[in-house]
Amino acid sequence: MTNGRSPSAAPILQGVPPLQPAPEGDGRHQAVQRDASRFDSRLGPRARMGTVFHLVCLLATLVGIVALGALLYDVIATGSGRLTWAFLNGFPSRFAARAGMKPALIGSLWTLGLTAVIAFPLGVGTAIWLEEYAPASRLRTIVEANIANLAGVPSIVYGMLGLAVFVRYFAMGRSILAGALTLALLILPVIIIASQEAIKAVPNSIRLGAYALGSTRWEAVRHHVLPLALPGILTGTILALSRAIGEAAPLIVVGALAFVPFVPGSPMDPFTVVPIQVFNWVSRPQAEFRELAAAASIVLLVLLLSMNAVAIVLRNRFSRRNQQ
Amino acid sequence: MTESIFEPTTAVELEARDLSVLYGETRAVKGVSIRIPDRQVVAFIGPSGCGKSTLLRCFNRMNDLVPGARVEGEALFQGTNLYGPGVDPVDIRRRIGMVFQKPNPFPKSIHDNIAFGARINGYRGNMDELVERSLRQAALWDEVKDRLNESALALSGGQQQRLCIARALAVEPEVLLMDEPASALDPIATQKIEELIYQLKQDYTVVIVTHNMQQAARVSDYTAFLYMGELVEYGATDRLFTNPREERTEAYITGRFG
Repeated sequence: MTNGRSPSAAPILQGVPPLQPAPEGDGRHQAVQRDASRFDSRLGPRARMGTVFHLVCLLATLVGIVALGALLYDVIATGSGRLTWAFLNGFPSRFAARAGMKPALIGSLWTLGLTAVIAFPLGVGTAIWLEEYAPASRLRTIVEANIANLAGVPSIVYGMLGLAVFVRYFAMGRSILAGALTLALLILPVIIIASQEAIKAVPNSIRLGAYALGSTRWEAVRHHVLPLALPGILTGTILALSRAIGEAAPLIVVGALAFVPFVPGSPMDPFTVVPIQVFNWVSRPQAEFRELAAAASIVLLVLLLSMNAVAIVLRNRFSRRNQQ
Repeated sequence: MTESIFEPTTAVELEARDLSVLYGETRAVKGVSIRIPDRQVVAFIGPSGCGKSTLLRCFNRMNDLVPGARVEGEALFQGTNLYGPGVDPVDIRRRIGMVFQKPNPFPKSIHDNIAFGARINGYRGNMDELVERSLRQAALWDEVKDRLNESALALSGGQQQRLCIARALAVEPEVLLMDEPASALDPIATQKIEELIYQLKQDYTVVIVTHNMQQAARVSDYTAFLYMGELVEYGATDRLFTNPREERTEAYITGRFG
């Protein structure tokens, strides 16, 4: 008693009968009969099975790694000789020796940047609405089901949509903007789903704690849910953008050009992107162009790997900050 | 049965009038009427699922956040119906604070845990003073004064829970609702929380839900026993535990069920 209260309230649990073991020989208790002969442990075969499974999994991993290694080796062996500053900084040409990928590279960066600027706020906003605001209604179920379906739609279908809506209806022409909007639609479902997962992973006790202090919904989201979900949201977004940077099909439909002898300077300019340039070079008969395609592929891979590295760095930095 | 329900003669801070809470078709609280006096500690006891936490959450409208929960009847705070028109739950939750079963500090610094509520509620005073005052009130200041900028997650469970109490006190509430605040803590941390509750009643009305009857006996002035969503008995804690008037209360506190 530390608070000075009278002890009268303390012995409330007096008079509770203690638990008694069941008396022996009352017929209810049956002694356990152990008999080793009823078991055949087969420890040897079981351990071997474990080893086999372990090796199968290792083998499955190795298939992927070897394939990736072979791909990298092939691309680097073929293309590294062509990977010069002149190639990076040059313009396409009918002559392989003079051809460069500058317009494609700049076009890819333009497209990627615009796609990110369009898709990130839309995707995160949708995820926040679905997770934090939408009541458990039929509308929400329909929206979620459709987002999951959209994630599986082939990219060329998005290209046709982009052609009809952005290029024709909104009269954007064969511009970077039309391409970026198309790619933004393409990766939107992935960003939404990744962001939803990240938001779902924020413990509900944090939200309740914020509400209990008199937070509005926006304040709980802004100060607690979003900071905690941000690493997951950023990782999902960058992985989605990695997909966008490798797309050629929808942009061909939207009207990205195969031969662009200039550097695009505004979102309304015509453009090409690295994957289209690669496709264009690969489809030519001369071996030199195939080397150019490999060199451009190396550039694309480097771009992709750096984006993934950025995703990892961002994720680590924000998770560390949240734990501080 | 009416004489089993205590009627305060002093100022009433919280009141439920024929209050029911429904989760879908299930009625978790069934027509409870109870009056909670100002600056006293009231404990809600009863077996799991008896509706004591649900009843507690009516008083700061946290049930609003449970999908499918519906409240019937009235819950009053200083005479105003909390579910009446024009009552903003955001304002109510600042004036009626809450501490949860599991400590839930924000994954931020100790300082920011305290400052958050004050900041969003437009606190205009000196933030460092408020942080110190709140931590002192929660008997945590001496343990954390040298590491206010470290993560709250580095604290022990008991310290985290006192931080959550300090955080609730920082927005200067009038009532503190505590939902089994010590059930996830070890006995020493529990004792600290209990001592704290005893201190807090000088300035706050405290309503505490607990599974632990000794705890109710130690910290509370009045105890309400709920069973199957109904208020069975409510009275001075010493009297209720030594001389229960209802058979079900006696059965519960002597450990025959629950």
